[in-house]
Amino acid sequence: MLQEIGVSSIDELFSTIPKSVRKENGFSLSSHKGELEVERLISGYAQKNHTAHDGPFFLGAGCYFRHVPCAVDAIIQRSEYLTAYTPYQPEIAQGTLQVIFEFQTFIAQLTGQEVANASLYDGATATAEAVLMALRVTKRNRVALAAPLHPHYLGTLQTYLPKDCLFEGKPDSDTACIVLPSPSFFGETQDYTYWKKVCNETGALLVVVISDLLTLGLLPPPDVADIVCGEAQGIGLSMSFGGPHLGFFACQEKYLRQMPGRLCGMSEDVEGRRSFVLTLSTREQHIRREKATSNICTNQGLCALAFSVHMALLGEDGFKSLARLNHEAACRTADALVAIAGVTVETKQYFNEFIAKLPCNDAKDVVTKLAKKKIIAGFPLDGGRLLVAATEMTKDEDIVALVTALKEVL
Amino acid sequence: MKFTKDHEIVSIENGVALVGITSYAVKELGDLVYIELPEVGKKLKKQEVLAVVESVKAAAEVYAPLSGEVVEINSNLSSDIEQLKQPLDNGGWIAKLRLSDDKELAALLDQAAYDDFLKGLS
Repeated sequence: MLQEIGVSSIDELFSTIPKSVRKENGFSLSSHKGELEVERLISGYAQKNHTAHDGPFFLGAGCYFRHVPCAVDAIIQRSEYLTAYTPYQPEIAQGTLQVIFEFQTFIAQLTGQEVANASLYDGATATAEAVLMALRVTKRNRVALAAPLHPHYLGTLQTYLPKDCLFEGKPDSDTACIVLPSPSFFGETQDYTYWKKVCNETGALLVVVISDLLTLGLLPPPDVADIVCGEAQGIGLSMSFGGPHLGFFACQEKYLRQMPGRLCGMSEDVEGRRSFVLTLSTREQHIRREKATSNICTNQGLCALAFSVHMALLGEDGFKSLARLNHEAACRTADALVAIAGVTVETKQYFNEFIAKLPCNDAKDVVTKLAKKKIIAGFPLDGGRLLVAATEMTKDEDIVALVTALKEVL
Repeated sequence: MKFTKDHEIVSIENGVALVGITSYAVKELGDLVYIELPEVGKKLKKQEVLAVVESVKAAAEVYAPLSGEVVEINSNLSSDIEQLKQPLDNGGWIAKLRLSDDKELAALLDQAAYDDFLKGLS
């Protein structure tokens, strides 16, 4: 084959990769091993992992440890869903399209908005898309941040936006929108009505960013917002070491033609039967090219299905109960933590995540020490602060273990 | 009536041009769904994008056949896009431009030249 393509060695095929970025001594990986040996080797590596299931787990920060019922996996692993491709041919994709339509319906209902799209990659890119849309709609140039935003979302926004576009402070006549993370990255719930008033003073749009959609099982829907976007991983999806997750995007109908992402609509076929179809495609880049509302040409189909299956299993009451369980777990955890001398909870009003201020300066060091005791204590922040999350998975003995370990270490 | 190779149709009176798209263009687009109209007051150079007509399969730009300022737009099209199929002076117009450069008129095609152009396309 090498002879056939006129090359003397495999290495020659990589000659265009600069030497400066090549690994000097190759990888410490054998050139081949038998299947059984490989199984044993890989299992050995896997056993070195400590997963969220293996001990007390209080880490959130935008990705949540929740129970995923086996019915979800049983349904999403059906080959009709698992291997289905993009539903561009509605004639053979009614199953996929109906799922998307139901997903959009859940999102619109939960967020109190008029339309929702078929999903985006994750909360971070959904936020970026929302901001880009606000800039297009208002034809203004700057974006105000109303509360602390998840650092990954902020980083993504900064990648998408021109320099100096994003600022913290009062919006003015050149502000396209106010980005309001609710809860904030530090767990503080926000007052949408107050921020909507602020927006109305200058005609800026209100973009509410929700990094855990389950919060809407207890908090009111942000129906005053112009755009609501964020992350739905916390419902029906495992954490998966960071992805794939599930970005959602919803807005008022007057902005429909400026929305990014796929939209599924309900229509009738030639025989008058209800059918579903991707619609308003002229917004998208395969038709509109550089003038499209976004370069995205996909959605998180399987993740949207997992979310929708879990929502269908929960129902409205179940969804609210699940949210309540999460909040109660966080309250129990917070109560136990403030009983430790020197520990205070800084977040005034939280859903399932709050900041615990420890009597020390180095929260990272505390987290590391607790990890050695097989306790994942939370996300360390500056100044001895710990971002602690609790969910329905948090057992009372987990809280006891956390408190005991903290007392030993502080 | 004058025409352009981008299938705009123009009728000029007293320095104001009535601009639309030809029936050929309408037919090629297929089922019309939406038009993105310009803002009144917008100043355009010849060939800049005046409007965007969307059908189910495409989004086609309508270019300003002549330089000028948008003095009126046909808002009816926002609620009834089918009007675009009507004659230019009877509901099928998109915008009125107050012209800024008479010399550009010479470059427009007359009916015969446009018909020849269409023959060349098929």
